Amino acid sequence: MSDSPQWFDEEAGPVVRPYALIRGRTRSSGDAFDLVATVRAIGDPPGDLGPEQQLILRAAREPISLADLAVELDLPVGVVRVLLGDMRDHGLISVTSPSAGGARSNERILKEVINGLRAL
Amino acid sequence: MDSVLSEDPVALKILIAGGFGVGKTTLVGSISEIKPLRTEEVLSDRGIGVDDLDGVEAKTTTTVAMDFGRITIREGLVVYLFGTPGQERFWFMWDELSYGALGAVVIADTRRLTDCFPSVDYFEQRGTPFVVAVNCFDGAEQHSVDDVRIALDLDDDVPVMLCDVRRRTSAKEVMITLVEHSLRTLTSAN
Repeated sequence: MSDSPQWFDEEAGPVVRPYALIRGRTRSSGDAFDLVATVRAIGDPPGDLGPEQQLILRAAREPISLADLAVELDLPVGVVRVLLGDMRDHGLISVTSPSAGGARSNERILKEVINGLRAL
Repeated sequence: MDSVLSEDPVALKILIAGGFGVGKTTLVGSISEIKPLRTEEVLSDRGIGVDDLDGVEAKTTTTVAMDFGRITIREGLVVYLFGTPGQERFWFMWDELSYGALGAVVIADTRRLTDCFPSVDYFEQRGTPFVVAVNCFDGAEQHSVDDVRIALDLDDDVPVMLCDVRRRTSAKEVMITLVEHSLRTLTSAN
């Protein structure tokens, strides 16, 4: 019964509550990660990673946003932030914040977005 | 440390705001693949100052689902849409969302125009470029965009438009109007 989540009943949800994954913490070095920050796997993963960390590394082989990652893992954003903060501290992933105002203040990119939307 | 910045995808955020049931989810779904994003947050700060919670880190949390959509403009350029819960008690989420956001769409329902006041106030104060999209519900009395502009006391440069959030072409038009507005705001600031 180790790798599939145990369900007591519908109402209770999975027996392992999200915050158990992060040992009850709600704060980590990942607090400030933007929802659209880019996450990518780096370095060599150690062998003793938990299932969530393995999932994150797999999902982040290609650059992926924090929000997409939370959807993919089906975990609350706050939980993913804590996991990512730890993983970054251990050199497993890099997290690049969207430079605030960088892209949005880029005229060429905004024009590209307008044209892209028109073409949808 | 991260030396591969040039390869980093460009991610832009657009916020979709407005009162409860005004069509935020529908708008996001009309123009993008929509996914529910779970955010688990502190339920209320109201007890602070009343109850002595100093040093007590564990407060009641609740799961708030946020509408989340993505539009891929091209490889490496993605626009993310976030439907923000309209109630004031979720403003802590808005602060995070609006940071670095390209702009916001405030959806208005003319039958309950006051519902979008908080959103309008918020983006005005923050200096976030926004447009007001009046969702034309079936059977709702049609108002002119000028009436809405006056009722919301909007600056002249804030675009106000009628829309039907269920229609993709209409949703597209709203998004294009917003990005054009953001671009104008940008070029006039330079």
